[in-house]
Amino acid sequence: MRFGAGGRHRAASTRYGDGQGSYRGKQGSRVLGKVVLVTGAARQLGGRFVRRVQREPGVDRVIAVDAVAPAHELGDAEFVRADIRQSALARILAEHAVDTVVHLDVSGKALGAGGRTAIKETNVIGTMQLLGACQKSPTVRRLVVKSSTSVYGSAPRDPAVFTETTPPKSLPSGGFAKDAVEVEGYVRGFARRRPDVAVCVLRFANILGPRPDSPLADYLSLPVLPTVFGYDPRLQFVHEDDVIDVLGIAASEPRRGTLNSGTFNIAGDGVLLLSQCSRRLGKPTVPVLLPAVTWVGSALRTIGMTDFSPEQIRLLTHGRVVSTVQMRETLGFRPKFTTAETFAEFARSRGPGLLPPETVGRAVDRLAALPLPGGAGPRERGAGAVQTTHGAR
Amino acid sequence: MADAKVIPFDDDRSRSGGASRPARRRTGAGGPGSGRGDGSAAPVSALPGAQVPELSGLSPEAGEGGQEPRQDAVDADGSPAGGWERRIAGGLAFLRRRVTGDYDVDEFGYDEELTDQVLMSLLRPLADKYFRVEVKGIENIPSDGGALIVANHSGTLPLDGLMLQVAVHDNHPADRHLRLLAADLVFHLPVVNELARKAGHTLACAEDAQRLLEAGEIVGVMPEGFKGIGKPFGERYKLQRFGRGGFVSTALRAGAPIVPCSIVGAEEIYPMIGNAKTLARLLGIPYFPITPTFPWLGPLGALPLPTKWTIQFGEPIPTDGYPPEAAEDPMLMFNLTDQVREQIQHTLYKLLVQRRSVFF
Repeated sequence: MRFGAGGRHRAASTRYGDGQGSYRGKQGSRVLGKVVLVTGAARQLGGRFVRRVQREPGVDRVIAVDAVAPAHELGDAEFVRADIRQSALARILAEHAVDTVVHLDVSGKALGAGGRTAIKETNVIGTMQLLGACQKSPTVRRLVVKSSTSVYGSAPRDPAVFTETTPPKSLPSGGFAKDAVEVEGYVRGFARRRPDVAVCVLRFANILGPRPDSPLADYLSLPVLPTVFGYDPRLQFVHEDDVIDVLGIAASEPRRGTLNSGTFNIAGDGVLLLSQCSRRLGKPTVPVLLPAVTWVGSALRTIGMTDFSPEQIRLLTHGRVVSTVQMRETLGFRPKFTTAETFAEFARSRGPGLLPPETVGRAVDRLAALPLPGGAGPRERGAGAVQTTHGAR
Repeated sequence: MADAKVIPFDDDRSRSGGASRPARRRTGAGGPGSGRGDGSAAPVSALPGAQVPELSGLSPEAGEGGQEPRQDAVDADGSPAGGWERRIAGGLAFLRRRVTGDYDVDEFGYDEELTDQVLMSLLRPLADKYFRVEVKGIENIPSDGGALIVANHSGTLPLDGLMLQVAVHDNHPADRHLRLLAADLVFHLPVVNELARKAGHTLACAEDAQRLLEAGEIVGVMPEGFKGIGKPFGERYKLQRFGRGGFVSTALRAGAPIVPCSIVGAEEIYPMIGNAKTLARLLGIPYFPITPTFPWLGPLGALPLPTKWTIQFGEPIPTDGYPPEAAEDPMLMFNLTDQVREQIQHTLYKLLVQRRSVFF
């Protein structure tokens, strides 16, 4: 499958390679095949999900939609180059008789060039257009929307753990979090108007994968981490593999005893503090006083290092932890990676920082070798204990 | 005790209280761990013995690992050399875990290792040596499962909460940790919020309290809030309104017993004789205390007076006998709130009558 320069026209259906026929052949005698439409396919996550969902049993065809051609392979999926901000989606939905829509084009970071306005338009206007198209379509049966736990905001007056029903104390004032709140508002409206469509909103915690695709991942890739002085936020991460898995669950028929419509928080088990993250990455931190944080943030944004939006700063000040009870008990999904494991994978993919934990650990061991009253005994035992604890990590 | 206005509830009770005072004193001294001096000293001194190695473990972080153990070597049990090795090994392992980020926190940000080995070790001298906290009725805290400790709040700065935390942790046979519910101001302040979360405190809201109780934790709450801690010296030991009684419905929902707790001694650490309201409003804090020494003597004036403290845990009030809809019954809530409040107030008066002096 190639993705050439085709599809210059918006919404031009550029079907490559083997078409519908071969699919039917591959799927054998399956008559009622599902047709899945995935938006945001040009992103890393969207691409992975497109490749994954076509292997699911029962999935007949996958239509991948994005405004730019993806740089990655999409397998047997059909790529339609369309800007979801335009009203071309209704035609695509009708043309392919799509029954499952997976909306992944809600993102905090632009793909390539494009400022904040462009992202906001794609997130909000794109969702409105998509929902409008879905509302007209008689074939759509299931809608999955990628959202974020940032809809809860981050405030010192918030409870420590957010459940799906916790009302935010302070609504996010701007940035991606506000987009996500608005997207969810439109999705709720759609769910009211089309009660026959199963709607699943997945609120993901910070997604970390091998390739950074979020402002937080960008932040964690800085050589030295600026932190807010006097605050140590609690963070939760979810592994990209788990994201793909849970999207698969949400996009298919619910398994026995589970329900996959509604709103669910998705996060790995456990919590990491930012201080732990920096130590595990081996990156020194620079505490910045809260009033000065915005200057540092805008300075970093100006030189294009990372997006330090006010919402991002609030996350790095007060942190955010969500409850995943609904995810386990109602949706029936158990993530393979805990928050700590997800972070360890991420740290491995980033390479060592300026102060790798191993080096720091060795420095501590050298401290054990200092001539302390007590002789060689403690050194040996100390090293032994250290080795075991380190090995248990 | 002469300095506190003791208002008797009813003549009957106060008379019987006065008559039975010597008897209670006697039973107190005879009871396990409830005596005045030696009874409480035994368990308290036993624990620091076990905790001292950890204390030495924290000091390498400050770069003086070799100095601390020297003093502790004296009270090492049995063979000093063996205790030594263990201490240094433990301290280095601890330091290594800290610098490599290899430790766990729970979803509230509670860092058990840091609390046990550093924060508690810092607070313990204050509790044991400075305020000489005497703990009574620790057996009223269950050994397993959730419980809600409801205490009076006083002292201008929330030292009573911290001392309560040390008291529960150091005296309870099951080494239970107290999870305090703190005002939102705590989570607004830099550094304070970080330490509070790491020490296991969380925001005083129904969601967090219920989550902790359902997880089987011991939760400490001071329902008087700022009204209690910031009241003038003249009103000491007079309980303020207990919020809206939200703590009762939370305990009812979780089916956790309510343990009333009375703290005597905290009222006098900073005798608040005035409140600079304008300054408080400017600084965005609920009150700005003026004591005989603060702010006149500067930072020295912020030193708390070394009063003698007593923390008494009362009989637990079970809540599991109520039907599930009871948590929605306002009348029952008010009654239970009053019951808890009266019990704390009454115990406060009893303790005040028994107290010989504010400082001894």
